[in-house]
Amino acid sequence: MKIRKTAKSGPGAAVQETACPDTAAAQQEREALVAQLGESDTFLDKMRRMASDNKLAVVSAVVIVLFILLALFAPLLTPYDFDEMDLLARLAPPSAKHLFGTDELGRDVLTRLLYGARVSLAVGIIPTIVSMLIGAVLGMISGYIGGAVDAVIMRLADVMLSFPSLLLAMVIMYTLGDGIVSIFIALAVTNWASVARVVRSETLSLRETEYVEAARSIGVRDFAIIFRHILPNCIPSLIVLFTLNVPAAILSESSLSFLGIGVQLPNSSWGLMVNMGRSFLYNAPWMSLVPSAAIMLVVLAFNFLGDGLRDVLDPHLKNS
Amino acid sequence: MVKSIGKRLLQTLLVLFCVSLLIFILLRIVPGDAVTTMMGEHASAETIERLTAEMNLDKPFYVQFGYYIRDICTGNFGTSYTLNKPVTELIGAAFPNTVKLALLAAVIAWVIGIVCGVIAAVKKNGILDRIFMGVSLLGVSIPVFMVAMLLQYLIGYRLHWVDISGVESWTGFILPAIALGWNSAGSIARLTRSTLVEVLTEDYIDTARAKGRGRAAVILLHALRNAMLPVITMMALQISSLLSGAVITETIFAINGVGRLAVDAITSRDIPLLQGTVLFTTVIVIAGNLAADCLYSVLDPRIRRGA
Repeated sequence: MKIRKTAKSGPGAAVQETACPDTAAAQQEREALVAQLGESDTFLDKMRRMASDNKLAVVSAVVIVLFILLALFAPLLTPYDFDEMDLLARLAPPSAKHLFGTDELGRDVLTRLLYGARVSLAVGIIPTIVSMLIGAVLGMISGYIGGAVDAVIMRLADVMLSFPSLLLAMVIMYTLGDGIVSIFIALAVTNWASVARVVRSETLSLRETEYVEAARSIGVRDFAIIFRHILPNCIPSLIVLFTLNVPAAILSESSLSFLGIGVQLPNSSWGLMVNMGRSFLYNAPWMSLVPSAAIMLVVLAFNFLGDGLRDVLDPHLKNS
Repeated sequence: MVKSIGKRLLQTLLVLFCVSLLIFILLRIVPGDAVTTMMGEHASAETIERLTAEMNLDKPFYVQFGYYIRDICTGNFGTSYTLNKPVTELIGAAFPNTVKLALLAAVIAWVIGIVCGVIAAVKKNGILDRIFMGVSLLGVSIPVFMVAMLLQYLIGYRLHWVDISGVESWTGFILPAIALGWNSAGSIARLTRSTLVEVLTEDYIDTARAKGRGRAAVILLHALRNAMLPVITMMALQISSLLSGAVITETIFAINGVGRLAVDAITSRDIPLLQGTVLFTTVIVIAGNLAADCLYSVLDPRIRRGA
């Protein structure tokens, strides 16, 4: 599988813009690598290069997989139920029995953290996929067709982007009512616009390439051109955007739940746990600090991985 | 340039119209009657009928939207159901607090961000660069509420340096502003570093050095000036994230600001107040973006002459 090799993102550019600090030796080694790879710089090569150059990205990927596994196997990993109360052990500090302590109703914080990971990760990933799909389709249509369609879609994107995202999500939550599905919709609806803009500008330059022209000249239909020739070439950018949009969605969910308009009790989500722990910040700081740290760790991991992927896949996205 | 700014203004007006339409639709399709929310479950049928008529809720959708647009244009955002005061008055009382908070946060973020970004770029790959970039990524990744609560816990509760919440004196703004500015400082630092690193490889930097200008002068007068353009754009875009973040910071630190009004409005299902606060905040964001665009074309001669 060959991924785009255009003038603006040749293999050399990818290497020079690596985020991690370079030593002279590493620089040379990389230049040798580029020379060796030359034109055969495939997706797998790029992944391999990231794995050897950017240890931080690899560690981040491991952390993310670990959290996903923890979330999937939550019931097997803890002896407690996520809403199991132990009124005799309220606000218990961390101990061997309760690794991260208990909350005001004696619920095990670790257990709620693991179950909360299911919600927080699902909210990070599912709405992001939906918003990427909406954004990619609208962006490609907008860039490929142009004209009035382009103007309407882009003004729509302007409208979405002019809202402070948290406030728009709050209004949508108000309209749809509390609950996880509402959060999915709120985040999917608020986040497609920036994706559409990036995909549109990619499409604009891809539309002018020889192979699209060739496809058009032999009578391939627009629909097929968009999905067979333009979409595959947008995929590197989409992968990068996905990795960078997931942590944003996780932060949005935790903010909404923190404000009390997201996930509701007795369900668990990291933002909700922080919110519940806020009233006990001074006598049971673990209640809010443990889930906060989990949010930070996952968001940090996604950001590092996203940075790493961007450096090898799509360096020109850097300042956008 | 006048033409392009005029076109931009027209676009902005269109966006404003769509934004208000969207908010209007989102808030009207909510199940549940506004009048019942306002009067409670036990209001008599006549009262409900009278109020429904008074608030034009019995009219068709487009007539309601017409009234709503007319009211917005005359600066009338209606009366809060729960607080029984004009929304304009409530926002007017809360806005100065939000402005103080956001401005202080912005100043903290921009000063720290630019200074760290410049140092990191000049000492590229040095120890300070690594520390600053590590911390800035942490800054981007930490949720606002976590910074806020850590500050409350460590500085307010453990050390007793400043007030934990409330803004009776100006010192009350310090912790919230740091909490709010933290994220922005991180992204400004990263952007400043990456653009400055790029600019420092340009030929005109070598020329300036060859002319014998001092190191500081080259960096501050020649390089930074050119590197600032994307940074300024980002600063303007951050008005949006600062106002979003202010919602959380104001809630945690019990500051009577616009963001907190919006949260209160949601919890008490107070439509006029929610509508007013969201519309007001969005207008400010749009104005900020417009100002950034104009500023950008004033600052960048390429755009100024090209347009």
